[in-house]
Amino acid sequence: MKSATIQLETLTCPSCMLKIESALKGLSGVDQDTVKIMFNSSKVKLDFDEDKISIDQIEDSIKRLGYEVVKSRVK
Amino acid sequence: MQNYILKNKNSITLISGILIAIAFISKWAVADIDIFIWALIAASILGAAPIAIQAYEALRVKVVSIDVLVTIAVIGAFLIQNYEESAVVTFLFLFGAYLEQHTLNKTRSAIKELTEMAPESALKQMEDGEFVEVEIDEVDVGDILLIKTGAKVPVDGKVLTGEGSVNEASITGESIPVRKEKGSKVFAGTILDNGTLQIVAERVGEDTTFGRIIELVEEAQDSKSEVERFIDRFSKNYTPAVLVLAFIVWLFSRDVELSITVLVLGCPGALVIGVPVSNVAGIGNGARNGILLKGSEVINDFSRLDTMVFDKTGTLTVGKPSVTEKKYYSENIDEALSYLASVERESDHPLAKAVLEQIGETKIFPVENTEVVKGEGIVANVGGHRVAVGNAALMARENVKIDENAKADIERFEKHGNSLVLTSVDGELKILMGVRDRIRPGVKEDLQKLKKLGVKNLIMLSGDNQGTVDAVSRELGLTEAYGNMLPEDKAAYIKKLIEEGKTVAFVGDGVNDSPSLALANIGIAMGGGTDVAIETSDVVLMNSDFGRLPHALGLAKATARNMKQNIAIALGVVLVLLAGLLFGDWVNMSIGMLVHEASILAVILNGMRLLGYRLR
Repeated sequence: MKSATIQLETLTCPSCMLKIESALKGLSGVDQDTVKIMFNSSKVKLDFDEDKISIDQIEDSIKRLGYEVVKSRVK
Repeated sequence: MQNYILKNKNSITLISGILIAIAFISKWAVADIDIFIWALIAASILGAAPIAIQAYEALRVKVVSIDVLVTIAVIGAFLIQNYEESAVVTFLFLFGAYLEQHTLNKTRSAIKELTEMAPESALKQMEDGEFVEVEIDEVDVGDILLIKTGAKVPVDGKVLTGEGSVNEASITGESIPVRKEKGSKVFAGTILDNGTLQIVAERVGEDTTFGRIIELVEEAQDSKSEVERFIDRFSKNYTPAVLVLAFIVWLFSRDVELSITVLVLGCPGALVIGVPVSNVAGIGNGARNGILLKGSEVINDFSRLDTMVFDKTGTLTVGKPSVTEKKYYSENIDEALSYLASVERESDHPLAKAVLEQIGETKIFPVENTEVVKGEGIVANVGGHRVAVGNAALMARENVKIDENAKADIERFEKHGNSLVLTSVDGELKILMGVRDRIRPGVKEDLQKLKKLGVKNLIMLSGDNQGTVDAVSRELGLTEAYGNMLPEDKAAYIKKLIEEGKTVAFVGDGVNDSPSLALANIGIAMGGGTDVAIETSDVVLMNSDFGRLPHALGLAKATARNMKQNIAIALGVVLVLLAGLLFGDWVNMSIGMLVHEASILAVILNGMRLLGYRLR
């Protein structure tokens, strides 16, 4: 398990959070219980299994919703 | 294509606005209905595109978002050929989102300023001894780093060589230069105003004090209270419910216009955004003023506070005892003072430190046959004289005669809350000193402000004797004060207060008060950046500045009030619109969208007021 912190472009509508949250929770390899969307700091935090999914795939699924990924950190 | 449209949302908004303007100008000025209609159709399609894409993406992850409601409403308006409504509604929705983004950035600015102070690079010593600029992530514990004048300290560490003065405002909120030399600790995020330092990294990245503060503030601004979680759950089911309601309205009335108006009115914007906006602005104001408020739950509890419990030493008092009163009983006192200093120099008792500071430079004699009498003092042979330094009990043991005069002095000193240091030479009383921990400057005024803000009970708990505690309590005008308390007694007392139904804050230095900090409804740590204090408490006063407490309480009250106002604005607007729809005829889709967007801006602007909050 790795944990990632992803900085997004500024989030402005709370329903964006809901969208991103549902999309990420639907990815296999992402630990559902750890997905946390932070509205004011516009960050996503989650744990994922690097054997099943890569950070690039996770970023892609956010970008597909129409949100820029500024940078992400995995550790 | 999709991303292209979403990225250019702002230009799309502008073009669609221009098209709408052209449409209305051509209608009123040239009375050209064709241009009017075609311009509106173009504006509708253009404006609807980004909204529809967002709606589609939301549906794909099974979320009924506001975009979904608006898209259906616009399509409905388009189908019944009400192009005016479809164009105006899409434009207002996009333009509103644009304004929201900009005003929201303002409310978040205070915290952003803080996070942007995080260091990004460092000059690291490589294997060949040269210093090379590297990314902050590449610095590990144990690395040797160079900091030049004007640069940011990249990590927490210890100075190896060099000296300079550092501005520690990012950690303490206090913009005063602090001198650093070999062996001094330096903190990440602070700025070296002058000089050059070489340091060894001790903590890096998120483990640094600054990293922790940022982490806590970020968590705090996004932490949710019970009310917010309720609103979130509510809005999750609310949007689908509006969709169903609109459909039912259409089933019964067969009136498309009416049902799409219901869709637009049902957008939950201001309600969902109102509370987070107050939260982020309030916490941001605190961060700017050296006050860390850990989240909206904390703000709510803090604002309802009626009882404040203070630790004495280090919180209400300076925490460093000093000699406040003294009396000499002999003509040639210099010799006695030298004896006293010679004896105290060998002791590490806190009172000894205060006495030495008072005497200052003096002649020092060799001390022999030192005998420590536990709880009483020291007896020793100095320069051929028998010198006793200690309290009244020691004097009695040494058969030192204390006359009426001295007795009166002792009584008076004790009444003022002093601990006594008596000195006898060869069985004769020479010196009486009263040592006391001074009250922090300004504390009395700050406590008055807290009272004015509605705190009913101001209570002090201390491990000191009751006499000292009473003296401090009288001077400060506290409601209650208890001495002889161990840390577990303090915790038990706080538990009792809470069981009595009071909302209790405990203010302490966080070193030995952790149980009390954790037990109280609100734990307030006077943390000069100490880890324990930052972790266990709900509110942290940086730089141990007691003077920030009134501002912290006032801010919490203002923020809690602001949240309630925002909820009221949001609910009020929905009620007015619904009433207008049911009982009047002034509500249509465009007006609904306009009022809706205006209410979102209203709550954001209301929240923004908190950024400028100051205690009057």
